[in-house]
Amino acid sequence: MRVLLALLKKEFRQIRRNRVLAMMIVMLPVIQLTILPLAADYELKHIKLGIIDDDHSTLSQELTNKIMSSGYFNLVDVGQSYTQGLEQIERDKVDLLLEIPSQFSQNLHKKGTESLSISANAINGVKANVGSVYLTQILQSYNVEMLHKLIPETMYANSGAILTSSRYLFNDNLKYPPFMVPGILALLVTMIGGYMSSLNVVKEKEMGTIEQINVSPIKKYQFILGKLIPFLIIGFVVFSIGLFIVARGVYGIVPRGSYLLIYSYLFIYLIAILGFGLLLSSFAETQQQSMSITFFFMMIFILMSGLFTPIQSMPEWAQWIAAFNPVTYFIKVMRMVVLKGSTFMDIRRYYLIMVAFGIVLNTLAIWRYKKTID
Amino acid sequence: MNYDIEVDNISKQFVKPDVQALEDINFNVKTGSLFGLIGADGAGKTTLFRILTTLLLADNGSAKVHGRDVVKDFKILRSLIGYMPGRFSLYTDLSVEENLQFFATLHKTTIEAGYHLIKDIYRQIEPFKNRRAGQLSGGMKQKLALSCALIHQPKVLFLDEPTTGVDAVSRKEFWNMLKNIKNQGVTILVSTPYMDEAVLCDEIALIQNGKILSIAPPSTIIAQFPDVLYSVSGSQIGKLLEDVSKFQDIKSCFSFGDTIHVTLNQGDIKGLQKELIQRGHPEVVIDTIVPTIEDCFIRLMQ
Repeated sequence: MRVLLALLKKEFRQIRRNRVLAMMIVMLPVIQLTILPLAADYELKHIKLGIIDDDHSTLSQELTNKIMSSGYFNLVDVGQSYTQGLEQIERDKVDLLLEIPSQFSQNLHKKGTESLSISANAINGVKANVGSVYLTQILQSYNVEMLHKLIPETMYANSGAILTSSRYLFNDNLKYPPFMVPGILALLVTMIGGYMSSLNVVKEKEMGTIEQINVSPIKKYQFILGKLIPFLIIGFVVFSIGLFIVARGVYGIVPRGSYLLIYSYLFIYLIAILGFGLLLSSFAETQQQSMSITFFFMMIFILMSGLFTPIQSMPEWAQWIAAFNPVTYFIKVMRMVVLKGSTFMDIRRYYLIMVAFGIVLNTLAIWRYKKTID
Repeated sequence: MNYDIEVDNISKQFVKPDVQALEDINFNVKTGSLFGLIGADGAGKTTLFRILTTLLLADNGSAKVHGRDVVKDFKILRSLIGYMPGRFSLYTDLSVEENLQFFATLHKTTIEAGYHLIKDIYRQIEPFKNRRAGQLSGGMKQKLALSCALIHQPKVLFLDEPTTGVDAVSRKEFWNMLKNIKNQGVTILVSTPYMDEAVLCDEIALIQNGKILSIAPPSTIIAQFPDVLYSVSGSQIGKLLEDVSKFQDIKSCFSFGDTIHVTLNQGDIKGLQKELIQRGHPEVVIDTIVPTIEDCFIRLMQ
């Protein structure tokens, strides 16, 4: 016990004296968590829209006004013809083209139907897709309005049109911060746990200090615990700063589920991730090597965690990788407990998976860390 | 006679790069003695140290330190030995006192308990005890490293090239410290590339390319030098060496500081002097000298 305490004391002294590291521990969650959710916003605004109005009627003017009042679009002058409009798309001046045909108003009144054409610049697939969806939605609601105007109430009631209205559960206004913040918080803890623990052990190798530790009668488990516990504590501190100061203070996100559940999952998760960091450190001799190896895994972990792109839309092989990615589960659990208020029974499967990760990774790490160096 | 280190046929081969680091090493170190391992860089000294300090496994052979097998009893052994690696390997971001405290605690002891053994050394760095170890001078770092290796009162102390890169005055001081530690009953195995330090040991082993060339007290090694050794000095040392080596009866010749050390197969040294004068070295002076350890080592290497 005294030996372990000495190891912890030494570790915290070193961290405290490493100004850059100490600063990172405090500033990392605050700055990254404040900036990233604002930047990682999928809501598209300022979509450049060109409208080719061949009709020049009050009706087409009304439609244009309705589209512009949605706030998603910036109107761009694309000239008078469709060909001119396409040229503008080629020059990347326009994202979306809407063509209102010349007989629009007349046909609508006479025949009761008319079609419009939407062309999208698909260089940026997300913008093209989301932009056309926005535009289609506006056209649909305009369509309903027109029905009201053109067709008598009684007939309309019998026309059997299906009206859809959606409600976003757990995140009423479909805001992005409540969705991103728990995920990014999970990532920050991962970075701290993964990088710091592996770098720390490799530094002992690089400085030669591990030789002195190895010739002393210290036990394997003492050394591992001496490395795990400090970063476990740092992980908790970083997570708490993020959860209470940034998520709550800046974004007003208060977890719907229990704090105990969140923190107990964090505990298991950190043990798994720290075990992973220790495991990686056993493959590196220098801090530079360790950085490269950890970076490789972190990139995969982050991009395949479901933070940015839903796992369900990945190809099957990628879904398998995501299934073996501990970050996936922590992000999932964070979102479930924070946004939805899930209970232990809801996440018990992910709980067991993380316990398994913890056992496997730490067993491997202890096995790799040999006191007798070969 | 009791031995504190018994090395029996130790061999070690490295795969990458393919090097026979140690080949059938045998030697014993008497309890309470100061034993020197003398050899150039890459001779295998550090490998041997790491095997004896339980950090590396040998391919063949066995070794005992303080009566304990270095493989089987490594756990017990680790509290019985002190090791100071060739490279400074304490925590540079911890202070002098914190380092000492840390290593004392790792060995489940206190600074006070082991203080008597290190007080002569530690007293010299105590005024700087709050300074970070990384900010100490080379000599002070070495004293701190020695203090840390001794704080748990080991029975056997391993010092791997403790004086490499240390100035002449500090080196002398350091060897005086070693003598004091030895007098307190600690067996010491020290390695060094410096020949002048060899004579300060009770016994030395000359090691080259993983093989031990000779083991004996320094005086014995010197006494065993079989030839008469001459020192040749002149004004043009480069040309002089060239001309000496052309002499027919030369057994060995090599430059040694600003002189040339020469042994002959047969014949008279006068012949050499005559020839050198003929070859344009009128000022040449030749003396008979007592060989040093270095002369013995160079002879053994050839």
